[in-house]
Amino acid sequence: MERDESPNARSGADHADHPPRMGFFTDTSVCIGCKACEVACKEWNAIPEDGLNFTGMSYDNTGGLGADSWRHVAFIEQRKPLALQESGVAHDGMDVAGLAPEGSGTAPAEAEMTPTTPGTPSPDGRTELRWLMSSDVCKHCTHAACLDVCPTGSLFRTEFGTVVVQEDICNGCGYCIPACPYGVIDQRKEDGRAWKCTMCYDRLGEGMEPACAQACPTDSIQFGPLEELRERAQGRVGQLVEAGVTDARLYGEDPSDGVGGAGAFFLLLDEPEVYGLPPDPVVTTRDLPAMWKHAAVAAGTAVLAVVAAFAGRP
Amino acid sequence: MSSSDVTRDGQQGVHPGRDALTGRNHRRKGRRGERAMVPDAEFTSYYGKPVLNPPVWKPVDIAGYFFLGGLAGGSSLLAAGAEATARPALARVGKVGAFGAISLSLVALVEDLGRPARFINMLRVFKPTSPMNLGSWLLAVYAPLTGAAMVSDLARRLPRVGHAATAAAAALGPAVATYTAVLVADTAVPAWHGAYPEMPFAFAGSGLSAAGGLGLLAAPLSESGPALRLSVLGGAMEVAALRRMEHRLGEAAEPYSNGSSGTLMKAAEAATAAGIILGQLGRRRRVLRAIAGGALVGASALTRLGIFQAGMESARNPKYTVTPQRTRLKDRDIS
Repeated sequence: MERDESPNARSGADHADHPPRMGFFTDTSVCIGCKACEVACKEWNAIPEDGLNFTGMSYDNTGGLGADSWRHVAFIEQRKPLALQESGVAHDGMDVAGLAPEGSGTAPAEAEMTPTTPGTPSPDGRTELRWLMSSDVCKHCTHAACLDVCPTGSLFRTEFGTVVVQEDICNGCGYCIPACPYGVIDQRKEDGRAWKCTMCYDRLGEGMEPACAQACPTDSIQFGPLEELRERAQGRVGQLVEAGVTDARLYGEDPSDGVGGAGAFFLLLDEPEVYGLPPDPVVTTRDLPAMWKHAAVAAGTAVLAVVAAFAGRP
Repeated sequence: MSSSDVTRDGQQGVHPGRDALTGRNHRRKGRRGERAMVPDAEFTSYYGKPVLNPPVWKPVDIAGYFFLGGLAGGSSLLAAGAEATARPALARVGKVGAFGAISLSLVALVEDLGRPARFINMLRVFKPTSPMNLGSWLLAVYAPLTGAAMVSDLARRLPRVGHAATAAAAALGPAVATYTAVLVADTAVPAWHGAYPEMPFAFAGSGLSAAGGLGLLAAPLSESGPALRLSVLGGAMEVAALRRMEHRLGEAAEPYSNGSSGTLMKAAEAATAAGIILGQLGRRRRVLRAIAGGALVGASALTRLGIFQAGMESARNPKYTVTPQRTRLKDRDIS
């Protein structure tokens, strides 16, 4: 990415003459679950260790996004076929345990079976195994609830269209945390303040891509101008569906959704909730005018109740 | 979930826990005494983990902040009403109550901040999209008014300033008692956000009921008649709003009737009813009225704690986030 040298790039809330809105397109169909994104994010942003836990949730020992996990790779094991995928791990009709005593002295060329020998598919061609992996991140919403409800102005919209916490302003009120419809931002306990992905604001300013995208070995995490990413994603989902991966769908790319479109969107292979994502998130402040109207009527009713309580009788 | 279903004898029958790995909902088994009134809707989650990050607010601090704000706002109204109808003792109770409650409320709010020393950052901007920001500005104006009203009354100085402060505090009182309802509703927590039409009525009613309770507790019998009537009206408003909300929301309102949050809500309702009955019985007995007042104040605190805990429960269980959104999508597809 070219560094934006325009004088207005870093001044003013309206960011006149700003660089294009930048985003992430996370294509989970090529994610291999290496967690390089998680590691790169932690390293670059100097995020503290937050517990070395064993969760038993497939290969996911991170658990979810939070103050100290700004990238989170989800692992989902399913007894479903991945279209056109031959995993080659079926051993039907082969007594593996019985073969063990025979040792491994057979030269690969003569062996009936080696670790790479394709297995026998079941009658319908299925191997009944699919392992979904997806690297989750802050969505950098167009209509960001965390930013809307922040009482100090600590959360702000950058010239790149991303949403960032100013840690020298945050007073740890915690309002942004339940406001986020995705469960992204959280409080760092020992510090008291709220933390989340900055889309590597410091790197973007220098014309570099975010650490996670740079570390991703399969380009599952793609970084670039949002418009470009949306086009690329449409092409990719079409390609997958044509290839028979009919489960493929985009999540968060639609500017008419409840958050006005996410700055970080995804290509998923199952329903969003399977990955721990809300199926139809809505920015809570959309209803704020209606909330204030109800509060005004309730306040008026309270005044009437007081008048009634004092009227007449002793 | 960590046990393998592949053994040396080949694949064993599907391990029940293994099915959960597809993201199917695993229901808690063997929980005593709880039977869902409505069968669980089919929904999927990521290992049963919450979609939302639940609030990090401490229950006593934030439920206390809501309760004390309601008590203060109601007390300011009570004080103004008593002053206008020549009930000086009741007016004094309202003024002292309003100042005391709003001061404690501010302490609770600051105490709950991750960085209490930065409290003043709340007034760094004026931000209409943030109910907490507007609330901070409101309290910055309201709290000194309650102080002026109280000091003028207790010191018997500057009566005109005192009257003006009492009236101004009463004008802001309803806003102080209801803005916290907007504050909780303006989150992604399903039990709070979904309840936004009724929540301000529940909060206002609860605040009035508590202020009436304070009047019963501390004002002489000769002046506490309006306090009891205020508790009756406030309690009725609160209970009606909550009932209507639970009816309208259906499954999403389950935490208001189930579990520990449900117990708190039921206890609050019982305490409100007990306070009102005792208050009626104690028309000539100061002690009964004081007990009634205590019950009503306590009921309001229980209500806020119950609402707070119901929100926590609804944030922790992905069912409450996913199911309504799925239903919404389905309805949209049909139409």
